Amino acid sequence: MTSPTTGFVRHRRSKRAIATFSVFEADLLRSLAAQLVELLHNESAVAATERDPLEALLDFSGPTTEPEDPVLRRLFPSAYREDAEAAAEFRRFTEGGLRDGKARAAATVIDTLEEAGLPAEPLDEELAIDVELDDETALVWLRSLTDLRLALGTRLGVEEDDEELWYSLPDEDSRAQAHHIYEWLGFIQETLVRSVG
Amino acid sequence: MTTASPEKVDPGVQQDLTPDDITLADTPWVTVVWNDPVNLMSYVTFVFQKHFGYGRKKAEKLMMEVHEEGRSIVSSGSREEMERDVQAMHEYGLWATLSKATDA
Repeated sequence: MTSPTTGFVRHRRSKRAIATFSVFEADLLRSLAAQLVELLHNESAVAATERDPLEALLDFSGPTTEPEDPVLRRLFPSAYREDAEAAAEFRRFTEGGLRDGKARAAATVIDTLEEAGLPAEPLDEELAIDVELDDETALVWLRSLTDLRLALGTRLGVEEDDEELWYSLPDEDSRAQAHHIYEWLGFIQETLVRSVG
Repeated sequence: MTTASPEKVDPGVQQDLTPDDITLADTPWVTVVWNDPVNLMSYVTFVFQKHFGYGRKKAEKLMMEVHEEGRSIVSSGSREEMERDVQAMHEYGLWATLSKATDA
């Protein structure tokens, strides 16, 4: 197996953010991004691309209530804390677009990995995936890594300064494993922020 | 907020507009960013620089305010402008709301 990634660094000459992922890491990232795309298209707010364009134009009724799924509630929070009517109106006009944007960002992450050589069936464990991001794509990755961490963090019930709790779980506990992935995503994001900031 | 790796952040010696100053100005609406346990401090600072065009010191000061006080007023202006800022913050994955300056 290839060694774990050391995260992103800024390439001095090309000014791009570059990272080498093991095929296992790249495949994991792709699968998380794919799950996010699915979740975003799951509950109401049907993606505009799946609809007849005219029908979509004539439909002004975006969602007005908070999503039921806690992850979606965190990704699309109420914009007004004390004005339910204004919050519903804001949601009606923004949530569909926000959903599409987040789904497109996750799809960009998947595309980047596949264009960097991640095969559909990663059988060769020695394969290394070299990713190179220009500023624009790096920004999309940063947003999508945030969405993935918000999704995983919400599912896990992550709270401020709760590291002890996670480290006290036995290694075989699936929550400990999921939290490890959550921390890994944070590490990747931190190195990416540093290499574009 | 959180950090991926421990890092000391200088709370800043910025003599810039404080949220109180902004509230007193003739700008009736504000965008508030709330603390959450997931977002990285470095990323939140980056977003404030990128979206609002703030300098690093100011962006770090606002980020620390969110982190330590649970929230920070990050912009002010018309209701429409604040709705655009809140929408942008949601695009970046930050938890943001807008309200009248007098209620913030």
